[in-house]
Amino acid sequence: MSTYYAGLLADIGILTLGALSVYVILATNQLSLGNAGFMAIGSYLSSFLTVEQHWPLTAAVVAVALSASVIGVVVGFPALRLKGIYLAIATLGFGEMVRSFFLVFAPMGGSGGYHGMAHVALGYIWIWTAGILLVILLLERSHLWLQMRAVHDDETAAGLVGLNTTLIKVGAFGLGAAIAAIAGALFAHHHVYIEPGNFGFERSIDFVLAVILGGSTVGVGPLAGAALLVLLPEWLRFVADWRLAAFGALLIIVLLTRRQGILDRPLLARLSFRSAAT
Amino acid sequence: MTAASPNALLCLDAVGKRFGGVRALSDISMAVERNRIVGVIGPNGAGKTTLFNLITGAYRADSGAIVFDNRLITDWPPHRIIRAGLARTFQNIRLFAGMTVWEHLLVTQHPKGNVLRSLLPLRASGLDVAAHAERVLKFFGLEQYRDVLARTLPYGIQRKVDMARALASGPKLLLLDEPVAGMNHDEAEELRRLLLRLNEEGLTILLIEHDMAFVMNLCHELYVLDFGVRIAAGEPAAIRSDPVVLDAYLGSEAAC
Repeated sequence: MSTYYAGLLADIGILTLGALSVYVILATNQLSLGNAGFMAIGSYLSSFLTVEQHWPLTAAVVAVALSASVIGVVVGFPALRLKGIYLAIATLGFGEMVRSFFLVFAPMGGSGGYHGMAHVALGYIWIWTAGILLVILLLERSHLWLQMRAVHDDETAAGLVGLNTTLIKVGAFGLGAAIAAIAGALFAHHHVYIEPGNFGFERSIDFVLAVILGGSTVGVGPLAGAALLVLLPEWLRFVADWRLAAFGALLIIVLLTRRQGILDRPLLARLSFRSAAT
Repeated sequence: MTAASPNALLCLDAVGKRFGGVRALSDISMAVERNRIVGVIGPNGAGKTTLFNLITGAYRADSGAIVFDNRLITDWPPHRIIRAGLARTFQNIRLFAGMTVWEHLLVTQHPKGNVLRSLLPLRASGLDVAAHAERVLKFFGLEQYRDVLARTLPYGIQRKVDMARALASGPKLLLLDEPVAGMNHDEAEELRRLLLRLNEEGLTILLIEHDMAFVMNLCHELYVLDFGVRIAAGEPAAIRSDPVVLDAYLGSEAAC
């Protein structure tokens, strides 16, 4: 495989994780625009653990996932008081806060960035991506996911039929934060150089875009969205300087025609029926 | 005092609630005995729905005590109260937009035992859950709508789904908020028979209702509220002829 395609595939794997981190939070009707912040925490903390503390990478990935989930819960609690656009703005603030912190945090390089991580192979990235995706696909069949969907559809009613909405919403934030941190750890050890600029607002938006584009109601939606988000600008090279404009136009068309994203349950059911029939 | 009643499943002792300067409920005491059907009636704005919201923990009472199944639940959060064995339906139904009828019956059942069980695929962990949901589905005659998105069903069917969702959680006490609102006579009569059957099987029911005929033919006992105050309590026959009630409720309605 050429390094060009290997690079694209690595980007897809990492972006899929980022998109899944938004997806699980969105599943409880909460929009996070700050997941790049959790990604930054995963990036910097894992780099510190492998470079300074000589931890094996897998141990570092698990450690940052756990730490980020704790931070996610801490962020999720005050966020419970906010809904809709206000929550989105608050999470945006959190993301920028984390980025600014690493900008001035000299021990990890500050604005100059940090390096020294050992490069990680494409296969390793995809083991994590596939593993997390599988966990989420299994989770989607669980009673817990049914509870999350109830909170998504009508939070007040969900509480009044006996669901612990606080736990469900905060838990979703914790899980999302953990997945974003894993994406960050893999990002850092794939690019072997990180700087605060990697984890800006655009990164959080990319995560959300991948979910909205690929499908926000099925677990494979974020995967499809991440693939499109990475590959489309490449495929559109033939329109040269117009490619970003063309990409934007495509995005608008998709949203106008399929608000739930390209993939949804009825479409997946049709596809699987067809493959079973052949 | 009402709390002295030994067979009471739900007891309210001088419960009060204010919204700003408005006394929505003052000093409400009542007892719902096990295996009874109890109704709460009163004109619009009498505080009936507020009463339900206090019992289910949606609002917190400013004063007084609420005891359910011998436990003081006054300050409990809603999910804890519901899990203690109380379930409610909604005046405006409030079904989940993205769920099928079947999923509505599963979601209120909490997988028992280990917390990890709620993480397992339903097919592996939820055999008892599914069996119970199946019974509830059959009881309400909803089998044919099993995999239909509940919100797309006709209004009368949606009311049944709302009730089935409440029953699926296996409550000791069922709270119904205007169960026959928007139903025609035949539908109301069908519902009345369903409720009587549930009651025969041991379910205690507390309901709010405007439809006087429905309440009189169903309830063992009635409480009458007016402007947040309990003005009468007793058997339907006694309530029907109580001059205070006639004046506050029936009288005012006859006047308009």
